[in-house]
Amino acid sequence: MVLLVALLAVISLGVGPVRMSPLKVLEALFGGGDDVHQVIVRQIRLPRAILAVAIGGILGLSGAALQGLLRNPLASPSLFGAPQAAAFGAVLVIALGLADVRSYALPAAAIAMAFLSVFALLAVAGRNAGLLILILAGLAISSLAGAATALAMNLSSNPFVALEIAFWLLGSLEDRSFRHVMLALPFIAIGAAVLMSQRSALRALSLGEETAQSLGVNVGSLRLIVILGVAFGVGGAVAVTGSIGFIGLIAPHLMRPLVGYDPARLLVPSALAGAALLTAADIAVRVIPSTSDIKVGVLTSLIGVPFFLYLIMRERRALGGGVG
Amino acid sequence: MMEAFLTAQHLSVTLAGREVLHDIALALPRRHLVALVGPNGAGKTTLLRALAGLLPSRGAIHVGGDALSALSLRERAKRFGYLPQGHIVHWPLPARDIVALGRYPHGATDPGRLSARDAEAVERAMRATDVTQFSARPATELSGGERSRVALARVLAVEAPVILADEPTAALDPRFQIEVMKNLRAAADSGILAIVVTHDLGLAARYADMVMVMREGRLVAQGPPAEALSDEILADVFRVTAYRAGFEHRMIVVPWAGL
Repeated sequence: MVLLVALLAVISLGVGPVRMSPLKVLEALFGGGDDVHQVIVRQIRLPRAILAVAIGGILGLSGAALQGLLRNPLASPSLFGAPQAAAFGAVLVIALGLADVRSYALPAAAIAMAFLSVFALLAVAGRNAGLLILILAGLAISSLAGAATALAMNLSSNPFVALEIAFWLLGSLEDRSFRHVMLALPFIAIGAAVLMSQRSALRALSLGEETAQSLGVNVGSLRLIVILGVAFGVGGAVAVTGSIGFIGLIAPHLMRPLVGYDPARLLVPSALAGAALLTAADIAVRVIPSTSDIKVGVLTSLIGVPFFLYLIMRERRALGGGVG
Repeated sequence: MMEAFLTAQHLSVTLAGREVLHDIALALPRRHLVALVGPNGAGKTTLLRALAGLLPSRGAIHVGGDALSALSLRERAKRFGYLPQGHIVHWPLPARDIVALGRYPHGATDPGRLSARDAEAVERAMRATDVTQFSARPATELSGGERSRVALARVLAVEAPVILADEPTAALDPRFQIEVMKNLRAAADSGILAIVVTHDLGLAARYADMVMVMREGRLVAQGPPAEALSDEILADVFRVTAYRAGFEHRMIVVPWAGL
């Protein structure tokens, strides 16, 4: 998986209006080749590739952690409205003209809203909520966040602001600089570290909350810490790219046949799968010929929603079959 | 009577504004198998959970001389092996990984990398409950009986001085009911205090050193099976008569007719 991610990242550096072979890319990356290529690779495409890997990674990790926390294979940040809420946080900051698009206020607001949304979800759905309740509550929260974002767009008199907001709704990695990388990466790193620190507790949680507690896991604080980790990661990611959905849902499912169902062992492979998915999607939006740019968030949703429908079908069959 | 290892004084539990356990007092020594019986809703599971510190309670619980309230979660986990009803497993983890989670309180957080001592405890527990052959099988694919033995192995692997088992024989066929009780009996004989909730008065009379009878949140009788399961108590608490006999120096109690 590490190799695959590295390979995709190199390809990603080579794709764009000026195409380069992987070899040329490596050459430019390490200071060789001609100056134009060097600038393109290191200034324009490298931040984009780094963000794709980091954000795909944190989305995959968050998805795996949430699925472990809720012991539910349909859990993911986007189904629970976290990215939508984070986007609203970012939009609010812009619409109110509180801060520059590149300031740390943006990720801070995004993180706060992401935390609030997941916290609200768990509060509304209750501790041992079934699938249906979680999904319904998630739907309600993402609708609310969407409506709030639309309201902010509606009320903004400045067309430029409306355009900015539209960008957050779609999700894109275009024209990102190292400034953006610096903006997002610390939060993503904190989120990842927080989630990884809980991995063995998530494994113990496979036996249910009561048993996990009897094994010495503080289930209440585990829940809070995972929500915080997801909020940091997703909030940091959304603050620079807008909402990119369904990576967190798909990545763990791709890895389960390979590494098994253990929620602890699933975290790192899911992060890698998420990184690979988003990098590949970001390559795809540059390769697919179209008159205007396709946003990568649109593409992941286009792929993710059918996958989600497939998962629902599979769950339905499992439930109907009376297994367990 | 030997020195008490687990004691409770004035133990009360309130759930959702209603007091469900009232002023429980008990003092139980190690090397004992204690059966906890009572009609549905008597508070048996609540008492077990309160003893393990899994729900808030009033009064005092001491285990091994220490106040339960002064122990960290992890320290509690080392002293109580808790086997809940139902044996929930949310993901198809291999059986051995589940048993290995019994070593979690001892700091063995990765079943893939157990220390020699932890691996030995896991091995021993799996041999005792005869589930070694399922090691690599996903727990969700095991039959009910197999899964409950894996769950028991997980609790044995903790190697805690106290085992709290909530209806470990429920939904098992007769042979495995006997196997499970024998496992718990062997654990008790090796020095453990095992408290077992059961509805099977026959198994309680046959395997337990002591029987505690609960009704409506109170302990109404405790003592050797012959005393605690007397005709008066069975009539009073369970509203049944019983057929009694002896076989192989053990007491046989079979609930016979409702009153």
